Amino acid sequence: MGAGHNGLVAACYLARAGLKVMVLERNSYIGGAAVSRKLYEDFTYSNCSYVCSLLRPEIIRALELPKFGLQIIPYEGGCTFMQGGGHLALYDNHDALRREISRHSKRDAESYDRYSRDVMRQCKFIKPLLMRTPPDPTSFKPRDIQELLYLGKHFHALGEQRMYDTLRFWTMSAADFLDEYFESEIVKAHFAGSSIIGTALGPRSPGTAYVLLHHYMGDIDDTVGAWGFARGGMGSISNALGASFQASGGTIRSTAPVAKILVKSGRTTGVQLEDGEEICAPLVISNLDVRRTFLETMSADDLPDEFITQVKNFKIRGSSGKLNIALDALPSFPAIPVGAPCIRGDMHVTDTLEMMERAYDDWKDGRWSRSPYIDMLIPSQIDPTMVPDGKHYMSVFVQYCPYELAEGAWTADKRQAFGNTVINTIAEHSPNFKDLILHAEIRTPWDIENEVGLTEGNIFQGELTMDQLLFNRPIPGFAQYRAPVKGMYMCGSSTHPGGGVMGAPGANAAREVLRDLGKT
Amino acid sequence: MSYDCIVVGAGHNGLVCATLLGRAGKKVLVVEAAEQVGGSAITREFHPGFRVSAGAHLFYAMPNSLLRDLKLEHYGLQWAARAMRTTVLQLDKGPLSLAVGVADEETPGLGGSEGLALASYQAKLQRFAKALVPMLAAIPPRLGTEDWSNRLKFLKLAWQVRKLGRHDMREFLRIIGMNVYDLLQENFSSSAVKGALAFDAVLGTNFGPRSPGSVLTLLHRMAGLQATGQNAIAQPQGGMGAVSEALAKAAQGAGVSIKTGLAVQKILVDQDRTSGVQLQSGEKIGAKSVISNADPKTTFLTLLGTEYLDTEFVRRVQHIRTQGLAAKIHLALNSAPCFTQISAESLAGRLIISPSMEYLEKAFNHSKYGEYSTAPAIEITVPTINDPALASRGHVLSGVVQYAPYALKGGWENQRQRFMETVIDTLEAYAPGLRKSIVGAELLTPVDIEREFRMTGGHWHHGELAFDQFMMVRPVPGAGQYRTPMPGLFLCGAGSHPGGGVAGLAGRNAALQVVAEDS
Amino acid sequence: MLSQTSVPHFQQPLLKTPFHERARALSQVDSFVAWSGYTTVDVFTTVEQEYFAIRNAATLYDLTPMVKYRIAGIDAIAYLNHLVTRDVTKLKPNRVMYCVWCNDAGHLIDDGTLFRLGSNEYRLCTADRQIDWLLASAIGFEVQITEVTDEIAALALQGPTSYAVLKALGLTDIGKLKPFELDSFLLTGVPVTISRTAFTGDLGYELWVSPDAALGVWDNLMAAGRSRGIRAVGSKALNIARLEAGFISPHVDFISAEHTVRVGTERSPLELGLGWLVDFDKGHFTGRRALLAEKVRGPKRQLVGLEIVGNKPAHNALLYSDVKGRALIGNVTSATWSPTLKRNIALAMIDAPYFSTGISLWAEIYLNRELQWQRRMSRAEVVLRPFYAPQRRRATPPADF
Repeated sequence: MGAGHNGLVAACYLARAGLKVMVLERNSYIGGAAVSRKLYEDFTYSNCSYVCSLLRPEIIRALELPKFGLQIIPYEGGCTFMQGGGHLALYDNHDALRREISRHSKRDAESYDRYSRDVMRQCKFIKPLLMRTPPDPTSFKPRDIQELLYLGKHFHALGEQRMYDTLRFWTMSAADFLDEYFESEIVKAHFAGSSIIGTALGPRSPGTAYVLLHHYMGDIDDTVGAWGFARGGMGSISNALGASFQASGGTIRSTAPVAKILVKSGRTTGVQLEDGEEICAPLVISNLDVRRTFLETMSADDLPDEFITQVKNFKIRGSSGKLNIALDALPSFPAIPVGAPCIRGDMHVTDTLEMMERAYDDWKDGRWSRSPYIDMLIPSQIDPTMVPDGKHYMSVFVQYCPYELAEGAWTADKRQAFGNTVINTIAEHSPNFKDLILHAEIRTPWDIENEVGLTEGNIFQGELTMDQLLFNRPIPGFAQYRAPVKGMYMCGSSTHPGGGVMGAPGANAAREVLRDLGKT
Repeated sequence: MSYDCIVVGAGHNGLVCATLLGRAGKKVLVVEAAEQVGGSAITREFHPGFRVSAGAHLFYAMPNSLLRDLKLEHYGLQWAARAMRTTVLQLDKGPLSLAVGVADEETPGLGGSEGLALASYQAKLQRFAKALVPMLAAIPPRLGTEDWSNRLKFLKLAWQVRKLGRHDMREFLRIIGMNVYDLLQENFSSSAVKGALAFDAVLGTNFGPRSPGSVLTLLHRMAGLQATGQNAIAQPQGGMGAVSEALAKAAQGAGVSIKTGLAVQKILVDQDRTSGVQLQSGEKIGAKSVISNADPKTTFLTLLGTEYLDTEFVRRVQHIRTQGLAAKIHLALNSAPCFTQISAESLAGRLIISPSMEYLEKAFNHSKYGEYSTAPAIEITVPTINDPALASRGHVLSGVVQYAPYALKGGWENQRQRFMETVIDTLEAYAPGLRKSIVGAELLTPVDIEREFRMTGGHWHHGELAFDQFMMVRPVPGAGQYRTPMPGLFLCGAGSHPGGGVAGLAGRNAALQVVAEDS
Repeated sequence: MLSQTSVPHFQQPLLKTPFHERARALSQVDSFVAWSGYTTVDVFTTVEQEYFAIRNAATLYDLTPMVKYRIAGIDAIAYLNHLVTRDVTKLKPNRVMYCVWCNDAGHLIDDGTLFRLGSNEYRLCTADRQIDWLLASAIGFEVQITEVTDEIAALALQGPTSYAVLKALGLTDIGKLKPFELDSFLLTGVPVTISRTAFTGDLGYELWVSPDAALGVWDNLMAAGRSRGIRAVGSKALNIARLEAGFISPHVDFISAEHTVRVGTERSPLELGLGWLVDFDKGHFTGRRALLAEKVRGPKRQLVGLEIVGNKPAHNALLYSDVKGRALIGNVTSATWSPTLKRNIALAMIDAPYFSTGISLWAEIYLNRELQWQRRMSRAEVVLRPFYAPQRRRATPPADF
């Protein structure tokens, strides 16, 4: 159910194992939130997810995605504009980066090495856990005990001091973590960005240091250009997955919304589509988030009451908006020196942690941030296939934007006002920006939910907070991809290890399915 | 003159530690910089004829076992009130009274379903708090050692959680990392109830209700309360200073010498071992062990000095978050405050101004940016109701006010008066006429608390209570078991596990550790 | 100040040293490498020619990229003594000391040379940038630490005829300069600080001048040394010489504990055979307690010198206690054929108890025979370092070749 990237990954693995697999997709196109869409003339928008960094190399290899057309174009660096001019850029070259940071603080330029060392240490620690099924700490089953012992050993292998570091890292706020390394506000603000993307927390909230890591994971596989654009937009990833799946004999049916998961005497028997058609299958794997899966496509009678309460308590919060903008030409950014490659990477406009935290305060009050955190990219600079000649496409991710406004429901006017806030914020750093806009798609969390199906438009299918990680994700006792109904599984980002276009939940779920079938 | 042990600082933890060391046969000296013992658990005059517990003002965390063990009641500790109620003041309707730890379906002002929810919520959290009690009482184990006794300690702690049963254990592991806002949203609909219950989670912390980790601080407080055996807040006769006086007598009863008015300038080191202390007068006193009740930053960076410590350790000490955010207000009143619709029993208890979680969160927002809360949350007691002797005439109001950040933009000197007015205005709204009855007032900001009680940052836990400064990483890795990298130097203050709140556990555990080291 | 072109750092991340113009002109094979943010020469002509000049004539090596810190203030001595493992109080003015510093766990962060320029003024020269660590170590000390790398041009004049070259330039007093001593001189009117220090294990000097005067000093030395066989050398030739001298090199023989990501890849000075630099009696320094415990425990592994049968350098070789290669006991960190000694030498990290002098073991060497790769197990023996230590390096006054 659901041809999002995780659904497709799971389907690929299952089809390759010889199962007869059908993927059902509500929309007329596959990909879920990893899509390329033409919504304005000949412009291709990666209109939900927009960069590729986390997709597990194991998956790319196993599913032969390059053979099915996947091309990742690496991009270099990124930058943060400062209020009143000035900027901080990030460059891949270590010496260029040191000289760049030392324009703001000589000390930070060198502390950066210690910072990346420590972040890398945490990445190395967590990497093997991504493609494993979390153990149930309350269980006495040999497999759970074995997995707990593995975790214990893995942790113990760090040695005493690094164990403490790890303990602290997983529970700290990004702001406190960054304070242990940097003195300059702009440097802290730049790095803090990835701790709040997609998260309904501010950089001062404990637990955000870990989210920061979630966005660094891509850098760990010793591959050059871990951060990149999929040529042709994020939909290319889904298309490659779809092609790989079909090549293994799988079937995709789009415009086939599932109305109900059928259950008979505690077992799934298939699904019923909205038009009434019933499709029988002994196994149903849902790529929808847990709330949608259990509250909307299953009957409450088929599930334990407490489970339903827990699903309702699972936190999926809309906190991000998105603008997709067609531009007549490349906008100018006077703060950036001519020729600097950083504008080909991710650009930001929040230069202090306080601004970021205040942006979060606005969200708590039920309004979009008056001075939002923005993660903007212009992928057409290195992938001209997305746009007509000489034109450009800009993807603007916006934090924070609430799912529901305190003052009432979203309206077209309010959506426009939100879009204007973002456009004005960008225009402060790019004088000709507004004049170049040909078309802008403005998406609030409410829109994302409606179009993509993600509850509240949350990009991770559930907050990445301590209470919703590892064996707690999505529901304590149900973190091993199995639903309380026999034959029913979860493979979306609601499950361990969470969101981002990583594919790990899909691969892990497929492994569990095959395990139950005795195929591993 | 030479001692086995010198305890630096006669705060409650220092006194507990000294007493237990004395009883273990050690020759112990306690040196205190102030003229009276007690640290921040003291009773002093703040306006002619009016006395107040100047720092901590309620007694809610010392385990009953420790209290009995120290024979504090034998040494003169008496109670002005036990089992005090907590009452939440509300502007528009009558106050809401919540007895801590008691399921209160019958609580007036609560709908039946909310009452039931409260009952099951309280019962659940009490079970979890109970699992935490031994965890807070124990010396935290070290991580990553090959030592089996350490591993055993771990298994014991894990067993406390496993003992909850599968269902509760799962819930415990889920909520322990959560924020109290979500937890309460899951359970309640009344914003007054949520506001009231959230207050205890953020009291004395740099958290708002939405900060992850605030369930931990809530359970920490609840576990402390449970350990008292009464599961309730108490008020000592004569204020918190009476607790310290009883502790001092208990210490003296154990043969401990206590000297006040002597500030330690340096902890002395000889051959990479603590050898005693040097007073500000220049006098040196020798000792095999020095146990510091001072906060970790003061202990390591000022008293010991970084020349005896390794660089990474020093860096970690420097990064301990110690900035306090709670202020203390003391009002001398010529008559009892008239909180709207309040019962006599409630007035004798603890009163809270925290009308909703949103109110608390908004109050917290200010502190993130170095501003004080324009609509603060306040914990109020009127100690003279239970203990009229504290004032020669009239009444005393003592309040903990949040949030008042240590690092206030623009500094406290110019803004103290304005903040005091804000606090009094807030109180006035709930107790009309209060302002007119004020005959004297004092506001202690974290900066004042730092100065008066010699605690860095004016944080009453000597360091933020949060996961990354909890258990074996409190105050910093490498000093998490009351031992320090400097042989013979120990920590016994609130900066160590399990934190502050006049629990005495850090003092007790430090004493155990000193004795263990010697044997 | 360096004369940098206006090319921005994101286009040209590496800086040029004040000698760059000369180096560029002399470079025949265009082999430059990055070193601490500067571009420097790896090879000028051929490694062999350059190497033999180090051992048999005189050479110039641009060491400007060596990171330099000025450390001053009333607590400078206390600070440095707390930082490094050696006793800094023993370092007299105008003397130089080789030293290392460690983290809390006693793992090596870097090595460097410490120059005492005045009673409370020092210069620390390091391989990597250290300001993060130096400032963290300064908490509680009254000391000012400033990086002065680009304020000082540094040039190594090394080789048996180096003394003669300086004397030819009129520095008659240079003969009095003892090893690890420094002094100020006027070199054809230009003030120059000269220290008798070397990374070659041979007679040699290091010259410290203002960047403006750098090219003049280079030209004068080259002119005066023409008849003494002077030539510019790059890092590759120097690396052979330092290995013969038995010196360790960061990033090669150890990775700084400030950079290690994996567990267990840090190294202590005891493991690196630098126990002689650790003074446990001088009072506290960072890492002391950990190193003391390690000393009591005995090191788990040690860096030793190896002499290997055959003439193929044992680059990256794994080491075994048995010829069949079943029991892995360590690996080579640096290896070379020593052209002077005509011996196949290496530095290797070896697990206990196989690191005692005289023990023989087996090195797994891969040989490239015109793209036909072969594996050879060569017998190797643990030998004392340095491999090469000519008398002339210490003679004062030095021989006038």
